[in-house]
Amino acid sequence: MGKPKVGFYWFASCGGCEESQVDIADKLIDVVNAVDIAIWPVALDFKDSDLEKLEDGELVACFLNGAITNSEHRKIAELFRKKSKYVIAYGACSYMGGIPGLEVSKDKETLIERVYLKGDIVVNPDKVVPVQEFKEDGVRIEIPEIYERPYSLDEVIDVDFYVPGCPPTPNVFLDAVNTLLSGKIPEKGYVFGSRKSLCNECPLNKTKPEKVLVKEFKRPHEVILDPEKCYLAQGVICLGPVTRGGCDSLCIKGGMPCTGCFGPLEGIKDYGAKAISYIASILDSKDLDEIRKTLEKIPDPLGTFYRYSLPRSLFYKKRVGDKK
Amino acid sequence: MENRIGVYICHCGTNIAGKVDVEKVREYASHLKNVVIARTYMFMCSEPGQEMIIKDIKEYGLNRIVVAACTETLHGHTFREAAKKGGLNPYLVQMVSIREFDSWVTENKEEATEKAKSLIRAGVYRVNYHRPVETTTYPVNSNVLIVGAGIAGITAALVLADAGKHVYLVERQGFIGGNMAKFDKTFPTLDCASCILTPKMSAVKNNPNITLYTYSDVEKIDGFVGNFDVTINRRPRYVREDLCIGCLSCIENCVYKEPKFISEFDEGIGKRKPVYVSFPQAIPLVPVIDPETCIQFRTGKCVQTCLKGCPTKAIDFSMKEEKVNVKVGAIIAATGFKVFDASRDSKYGYGKLPNVFTTIQMERMLNSAGPTGGEIRLQDGSVPKEVAIINCVGSRNENFNAYCSRVCCMIGLKHAHMIKDRIGADVTIFYTDIRANGKGYEEFYRKIMLEGVNFVRGEVASIIPSENNRLTIIFEDTLLSRVRKKEVDMVILNVGLEPHDDWEDVRKVLNLTCTKEGWLMEKHPKLAPVTSLSDGRFIAGAAQFPKDIPDTVAQAEAAAAEAMSLVDRGVVESEPNVISIDENKCSGCKMCISVCPFNAITYNEEKNIAEVNIGLCKGCGACNAVCPSGAISQNNYTDDELFAEIMGVLRE
Amino acid sequence: MNDNFEPKIVAIFCYWCTTQAAELAGTSRMTYAPNVKIVKTMCTGRVDPQFILWAFRNGADGVIVSGCHPPSDCHYEDGNFKWFRKYVLLSKTLEQAGIDPKRLRQEWISASEADKLKKVITEFTEEIRALGPLKHPIREGGD
Repeated sequence: MGKPKVGFYWFASCGGCEESQVDIADKLIDVVNAVDIAIWPVALDFKDSDLEKLEDGELVACFLNGAITNSEHRKIAELFRKKSKYVIAYGACSYMGGIPGLEVSKDKETLIERVYLKGDIVVNPDKVVPVQEFKEDGVRIEIPEIYERPYSLDEVIDVDFYVPGCPPTPNVFLDAVNTLLSGKIPEKGYVFGSRKSLCNECPLNKTKPEKVLVKEFKRPHEVILDPEKCYLAQGVICLGPVTRGGCDSLCIKGGMPCTGCFGPLEGIKDYGAKAISYIASILDSKDLDEIRKTLEKIPDPLGTFYRYSLPRSLFYKKRVGDKK
Repeated sequence: MENRIGVYICHCGTNIAGKVDVEKVREYASHLKNVVIARTYMFMCSEPGQEMIIKDIKEYGLNRIVVAACTETLHGHTFREAAKKGGLNPYLVQMVSIREFDSWVTENKEEATEKAKSLIRAGVYRVNYHRPVETTTYPVNSNVLIVGAGIAGITAALVLADAGKHVYLVERQGFIGGNMAKFDKTFPTLDCASCILTPKMSAVKNNPNITLYTYSDVEKIDGFVGNFDVTINRRPRYVREDLCIGCLSCIENCVYKEPKFISEFDEGIGKRKPVYVSFPQAIPLVPVIDPETCIQFRTGKCVQTCLKGCPTKAIDFSMKEEKVNVKVGAIIAATGFKVFDASRDSKYGYGKLPNVFTTIQMERMLNSAGPTGGEIRLQDGSVPKEVAIINCVGSRNENFNAYCSRVCCMIGLKHAHMIKDRIGADVTIFYTDIRANGKGYEEFYRKIMLEGVNFVRGEVASIIPSENNRLTIIFEDTLLSRVRKKEVDMVILNVGLEPHDDWEDVRKVLNLTCTKEGWLMEKHPKLAPVTSLSDGRFIAGAAQFPKDIPDTVAQAEAAAAEAMSLVDRGVVESEPNVISIDENKCSGCKMCISVCPFNAITYNEEKNIAEVNIGLCKGCGACNAVCPSGAISQNNYTDDELFAEIMGVLRE
Repeated sequence: MNDNFEPKIVAIFCYWCTTQAAELAGTSRMTYAPNVKIVKTMCTGRVDPQFILWAFRNGADGVIVSGCHPPSDCHYEDGNFKWFRKYVLLSKTLEQAGIDPKRLRQEWISASEADKLKKVITEFTEEIRALGPLKHPIREGGD
């Protein structure tokens, strides 16, 4: 029997996920030895036809990263679904929509207007905007249809497992690969990483007082953080309590609070709402005006609490296979 | 095991069925998922109604019950007990209010029927997620705290003490007896207030089962039903109760030879010294020194003749506040009332015109132990020949109190009789309506009418001074629809009853609920009139609403019986809505600990998880709302239950 | 706007104050719009912002949460403040996500304020009726 065939692909992605896959360093050799990489367009020259040529179910697993933002993404995703036994949403964008998922324009026109005409850094005097179809030198060119908002992978195809992270950390990627290679296949919908939140493994949790009450929330650049003390207790929004662990606390160790890229734990319907719940609750004030003033000072709560998860939130989440 | 749900829809006579098409709703409910049987019945709370549920549980193998009827507050317990009798865990029942939240508040029948469907749908969705809740029982402390030692508190204390319960009776004034101690006679029997009150007061003093704390406030109540920890603050009276023998020689020997300061007890018409008792039969018969007026406190240089005259050296200027902690199982709030401040309604001239008095001042004037020795006198000492009594002062008036104070009509009649009887003056009562709806009250009213008291149905517009220190009342005669005048020597304002000014603080300390005016709220106006919404706390007397002495005493005895029923039961069920923490899910992030108002959750460092002490948990669920790991579940209010209920009310 | 539009409103009330006010409104036979359906929790401190989004997602055009008056009416010390803090942060988030924050209303209604309850419910129902049905991707959602 040959080595199991696997595929890698990227949709609306920053490339960080690809970086993370090679970040496992020398272990990469073990992985490459153990599997037969059938599709990996970011590294080698693969065409869509190479994917189409595969038998249905021929890939044992595919790791798809990036959000779904246009019709081509969707087409390829559907093709991967057909060709793969297990589809793994890799990284925060694929798992929850990620950073591109923060797009909240009310329709496609507004989206195009903002990106191509009105954006703060846009210089476009000829007002050139993308169109789906045009002719140049007599050649008809079609480009994919852009969607009104980005989707997480499981909004367009059925997904078996998720590898969280922005990007996934080397250990969580290795854990996913090794688990699948070992044949101990987890239950459908399984999210790799810890079963507990980041605080559980955070080296600073023991410095967190039993009662964390905060007078005012500050942004990381507004304060000199003591790296030896729980950041939340220092008044900086840290999403460690509501975020799945398993990332080896890399941000925390690097002096930054958790921004939530590993997403929620099981049983949480909406990551951002739960983050709002505990962040707001620990504000130490019993004065309505003061509460209003202090909390309204938190800039961009949607971007803060749904940084990686808006398409998977209660605002949007509708997964393929969800009953109507 | 699959869920097998029974849905029971109450007609409540026509209360529900008159608005809601119960049959249509039953038909709808019977098709909801997991519903095995849906029935309607005339009165679900009745014995046959409950039996129906018990029988169905056995016959149909039901394991979840939805009762659509009145409210959980009213009958939640009834149906939980029925389920228990049927062999189910009582918390597998969900009550849906289609009366208070639907038929009684919805005009249109079709809309009410549709609303009933959605509420029941929500109940059915919700009950699917109910889990059995096991409560434990705690032993109950048999002591009772009574706050307020007026006639209500005294009565309740004696009932409980006679039954062998230990009572801590706390009174904020220096002496017990409350407002009743100020009265001369009581309507309609005209027996003297002192004659019926003072024996009870001394019984309080002599009963070994009663510990009396006067000049004291309840500062804090911790714990929960059956096991309250009460902190009492005893303010210094500067006369030691353990040494004082009640000879009152300190008052006699005070450097002030004559009473010089306004006596609060005499409602401003009498005087007292800095060291005083309210009246000679006061309980406890231990004077109070008022540091505001005592020279020793004001200057530090008094010759202290009081102390020199005291045979037991009980005077102690160095006394300090003292905290006392007591443990009780039940609490009765009998905090009473205050009378309406008549100067708030300027048309009566109270506080400006010398011969305008209030009813409570008149009580002191009529009282033979009062400042005038029972003589009815004008301010210049002369005897009035014509007296007006004006009813509804501060009551039945949208600008002040919209309610009727209930006792004033009868007090007015009593005063009319006594004034006529003592000085033969001509008495006119200005009334809105005479309300004489008690045993013997209408007969008393008739008797007073026959005594020749004038009754004018009238609205007073103003009182102005006229010649010879007389007063002119300008009023609308509402029977003749004419503005008229009447000249009198004395006006008595029949002031209504109000909650104390600090009712909010009292409510907060005792953890009770109040009406918007500040009257203590009962759990149910008919079925639980002396029970409060907070377990283990009962209410009695005029703190609940204006009432006369017979009603107050009846209520006090009822509150004592309720308290006794609790402490004699000996055990109390633990709070059912407590939380639990799934240690396999808990991440130890401490957010729950941060929001718990009762310090019921602690951090286990070794296991890196949070742990709850359910004895301290009061079931608010704040921790459940914040738990970012989904590890906390509040009994009866789990996430699943609430999500299901919200979805249920919204689905078509 | 659709003339036949009947707003769907979820009311999350605390047990001790606002649920009691709703019971009092019942016993006082005060009628109000049937659009409002009451869900009770023991305390508004129990209200999780997820409940609000869940209600919108399942068809609510408006959500009202009401508890005991601050500063000291709360039966559990300060659950009302905890809710208020969540409400402030959630409102701002709703607005950013394209949901009119007026669709989430916050009130304090004590056990005796049945008249206020009726007024608030009537007012809010009309306000939501004027805003029209909630049109937002949140409605695409499944269970």
